[in-house]
Amino acid sequence: MLNKFLSTASLISVFLLISCSNDSYEAIHYKDNYLVEDGGEIVNAMIGEPSNLVAMIAGDSASSAIAANIFNTLLKYDENLNLAPELAEQWFISEDQKTITFKLKNDILWADGKPLTSQDILFTWKLVTDPNTRTPYASDYLLVKEASAPDARTFIVTYEQTYAPALDTWASLQILPQHVLKDEDINNTFFSRKPTGSGYYQLDQWINGQQLTLKRNRNSTQGQANIDKLTSRIIPDTSSQFLELIADNIDFMNINPIQYQRVFPSREDLKQRIGLYKELGNGYTYLGFNLKKAPFDDIRVRQAMNYAIDKNEIIKGVLLGLGEPIASPYKPGTRWNNSKLSPYPYNPTKALALLQEAGYEKNADGILVKDGKPFEFEILTNQNKQREMTAVLVQRRLKEIGIDVKIRVIEWASFINRFIKTGEFKAVVLGWSLSLDPDQYNIWHSSQQGPGQFNFVGYENPRVDELLEVGRRELDTSKREKIYHEFSKLMLEDSPIVYLYAGYGLSAINKRVQGIKKPAPPAGIYQNSFEWYIPKALRRNEIAAQ
Amino acid sequence: MLKYLIKRILWMIPMLIGISLISFLIMQLAPGDITSNEAAFNPKASEESRQKLRELYNLDKPVIVQYGLWLKRISQLDFGNSFASHQRPVLWQTEDKNGNITKGLIQEALPITLLINLLGIFIIFSISIVLGTLASVRQNTWVDRSVTLFVFVGFAIPGFWLALLLMYWTGVVNQWLPISGLHSPGYLNLSEFDQTLDLLKHLILPVLISCLSGLAGISLYVRNGMLEVLNQDFITTARAKGINEKKVVFVHALKNAILPLITIVGLSIPGLIGGSVIAESIFAIPGMGKLFYDAVLMRDFPVIMGILTIGSFLTLIGNLLADLGYAWADPRVRKGLVK
Amino acid sequence: MRVFFRNPLALSGLIIIIAILILALFAPLIAPYDPNFIDIDSILTAPSTKHIMGTDGLGRDVFSRMLFGAQISLLVGFVAVGIATLIGIILGSIAGFYRGWVDSLIMRLVDIMLSIPTFFLILAVIAFLTPSIWNIMIVIGLTSWMGVTRLVRAEFFSLRQREFVLAAETMGASDFKIIFSHLLPNSLTPVIVSSVLGIASAVLVESGLSFLGLGVQAPTASWGNILTDGKEYIQFAWWLSLFPGLAILLTVLGYNLLGEGLRDILDPKNKNN
Repeated sequence: MLNKFLSTASLISVFLLISCSNDSYEAIHYKDNYLVEDGGEIVNAMIGEPSNLVAMIAGDSASSAIAANIFNTLLKYDENLNLAPELAEQWFISEDQKTITFKLKNDILWADGKPLTSQDILFTWKLVTDPNTRTPYASDYLLVKEASAPDARTFIVTYEQTYAPALDTWASLQILPQHVLKDEDINNTFFSRKPTGSGYYQLDQWINGQQLTLKRNRNSTQGQANIDKLTSRIIPDTSSQFLELIADNIDFMNINPIQYQRVFPSREDLKQRIGLYKELGNGYTYLGFNLKKAPFDDIRVRQAMNYAIDKNEIIKGVLLGLGEPIASPYKPGTRWNNSKLSPYPYNPTKALALLQEAGYEKNADGILVKDGKPFEFEILTNQNKQREMTAVLVQRRLKEIGIDVKIRVIEWASFINRFIKTGEFKAVVLGWSLSLDPDQYNIWHSSQQGPGQFNFVGYENPRVDELLEVGRRELDTSKREKIYHEFSKLMLEDSPIVYLYAGYGLSAINKRVQGIKKPAPPAGIYQNSFEWYIPKALRRNEIAAQ
Repeated sequence: MLKYLIKRILWMIPMLIGISLISFLIMQLAPGDITSNEAAFNPKASEESRQKLRELYNLDKPVIVQYGLWLKRISQLDFGNSFASHQRPVLWQTEDKNGNITKGLIQEALPITLLINLLGIFIIFSISIVLGTLASVRQNTWVDRSVTLFVFVGFAIPGFWLALLLMYWTGVVNQWLPISGLHSPGYLNLSEFDQTLDLLKHLILPVLISCLSGLAGISLYVRNGMLEVLNQDFITTARAKGINEKKVVFVHALKNAILPLITIVGLSIPGLIGGSVIAESIFAIPGMGKLFYDAVLMRDFPVIMGILTIGSFLTLIGNLLADLGYAWADPRVRKGLVK
Repeated sequence: MRVFFRNPLALSGLIIIIAILILALFAPLIAPYDPNFIDIDSILTAPSTKHIMGTDGLGRDVFSRMLFGAQISLLVGFVAVGIATLIGIILGSIAGFYRGWVDSLIMRLVDIMLSIPTFFLILAVIAFLTPSIWNIMIVIGLTSWMGVTRLVRAEFFSLRQREFVLAAETMGASDFKIIFSHLLPNSLTPVIVSSVLGIASAVLVESGLSFLGLGVQAPTASWGNILTDGKEYIQFAWWLSLFPGLAILLTVLGYNLLGEGLRDILDPKNKNN
């Protein structure tokens, strides 16, 4: 027994030793301003390994993150989220609004020195729309009736009908080199592991399962980035990533609200070396209902849910305040967001009144009952800590007004196939991440309810259908704004989902990295990462070449 | 004995087919396929294109047809390519027409896992034999009890918790060891000797964690085996003959007590190729466990089936060796087998 | 009982297990708070007189969650091992007694089960069943009976050569009687020991499953999911990983010491010592 006690005691003391000791890192005194210096290496951590550097084939976020440094698109979003030139220098929309003409920049080259021409754009469009290409992203580009490249700098697309998100789609299609790929099978080509691009960087080295290094592309079509090398280490566990960050082995990573709000403020030594950044992402988390099934086919029940859930509490509890309540499916602060709308306030009395109107009565145990059946349902969510905690807070508030809620956390592939595709659910906590175009036809139009389509909650509102149809044909921005503001208003009234929050993306970046915009511009801090630099005085000691 | 051996080896064929069929069916029962990964839940990705993918991979065919196609390929030792968009070969590297070599998934993951586990097993056996012998000759003293307590604490401590504590202590607070990964950045510029040293430094913690949980079983096995042998007649006889006690323990007894460990070595073979998902995630080691777990989450059937087939093949051989070793070491069982 | 006092390790194992059983059984009486009571104004507060083990990411009292988590962790251990032992005894007895093709068949089944990785089975089952505590127990049980089967079979093999079994056979006792009155009782020692050790493993498996997000479901507390929540903040909110970590350590250690002690005590070979 004594042995046991001693060993336990010694373990605890080791633990306390570990948790109390301060790291012995040299304190660096950072200046307010550093000169921009060329070169250096930045290291970050990724949870997963990129699968394939041809983004149209890959589809995973790790691949897109790397490919975005290697390839260019015709257009891009600037820091204020306006469309701006990338490969295209200018673009013109025809009178009938069905034809777009892109004029490429002069004398642009691929990384291997070959000229980049409109033939490459045409080639890429043909590739993405080819039925033999295994890409999930073809549908937008199939709307193009005709594409042509009359001269080396001109690329013209004509749509069957006006298509408002068209320009947005040309800001996401990464252009591939025809001269390298013309005899390759895009589905299975070594190019995906050894790409030739036109962006700021090119692949330097890829050690499977461990790390990927990019180096500057001397022929970049966008000028030269400041930092010479980008290394991405693959570290699947976020706790390990965080240890690597505070040990100064990686320069930046995404962190969670607790690290942002609690860990850093309590550690002067970390705050001194690592800068924190937050930016509102273009997505939100919601509680979605199955509108095809009782009780959520009743609008009063859905509105009651909206009143019964305290969104501010969820933002405070799950995100430690690092989120915004929303009232429309658009990023707060953008023109598409209808600022006249406000979220349903937390009002359990009103919720109960609505439920009583819908036929529910409280029984002796304080449970809501209708036609002898208690009000109970299950919230499904996937393995995501924040969503799980959100569900727990929703469960607590609904229990208070007499609804028995159970929570079930399910692995993603099963979740989609067993519950979402089959409609075998009553409520889900999920999130949408959206593109910058306001078109949400795929998610809310009543025609999009088939298995595997995105209106899986089964939302049907003829006026909303009409607005979504008009919205994607209308190119005039202020007219579109009105359309989507009305759409948002109807959505809020109908409550097919309860908007829970739009969370901030949180990053921790070592202070050796300079040139980061703070506060973050609307497009986020990574938008100008090519302008970041690492002053020589702050560079990590690299292992000397031998 | 030879007849028994041949019979056992022939048994392996139907068993391999059985294992692969069971695995295939279980995987098919689990809902979802490669087209339902996270990326596929993107509003820009249409259902038609996913259907197209399903057809390309034969996922729209009946299960038994899919199994048949798989079996046909496997009989030519073709483990196919991953369904993931990198389409890397499951087992071994391929070369394309331009001479680019794409490494196989198992080809890359297996050596890493093998290295860690072989180092682990070697350390476990070495330490266990010392600790077990020590505990047995000092039976029921504080030495015996400390050994028992030590190995059990090693077994009982949740591995990922200890791993994170040690990573923090040796990597962040003191910077003695690297935290995760297999190589330091820029290791390619090092000499071959330094590269090996660098790799070994990265392996210290993962191997330590994998050893701790295995220590208890083996050292107590040695201890109890030693106790059993020390009580047997021939040892008593040896002692009575006045042979030096050290010689009795280390030559006569230890030899007899270690023999049954052969059985354990045989049984450890499957453990050698299956990595630990948790340890590999924490230490960022691209081994078999992580490969398999990711493949299951992705519903990447060729990879799952490849790992299971190779895994069960090695396991069956391991079991066979274990049974033979057991029969060889224990005369009572040997009699039972022959009868 | 006296033998326990001669073996201090086994005794301390027994004491640990009894203590944890008591804490688990009386959790509702001991716990100062409702384990699921959320207080978002006191998220991740350090241990204090108000919350002796601090609070978690939703401001819930860790001490209360630990107590209720003990119920879950112990339940997982007992039920899972109960299932495994039952299957193991039945199949092991049949194989060991009848031998021949029945034995071959059962041992091949054992081989097949041993060669399919456990976590693969667990994942598949969690994928198409509800991931609930009961399913976790059943899955652990269904994937860990092979050891007991082998043990019982091996014991039967060696016991059948003994005089008392041969005598019973020549006297014409039924198979059933031979199995239940002669073979099984004499084979149980290793089974009991391995079951006690099995409970220890099951507690560890549950914490490993929680690490992968496949453990006991929210908002129910288990030691595994409290520890997993704490792993992100191991240097900051140390109480969130220290207490469940130690609880798992002590429990698993307790079962192991007890199991090993029982082996020493029950093993006839040690009696003459």
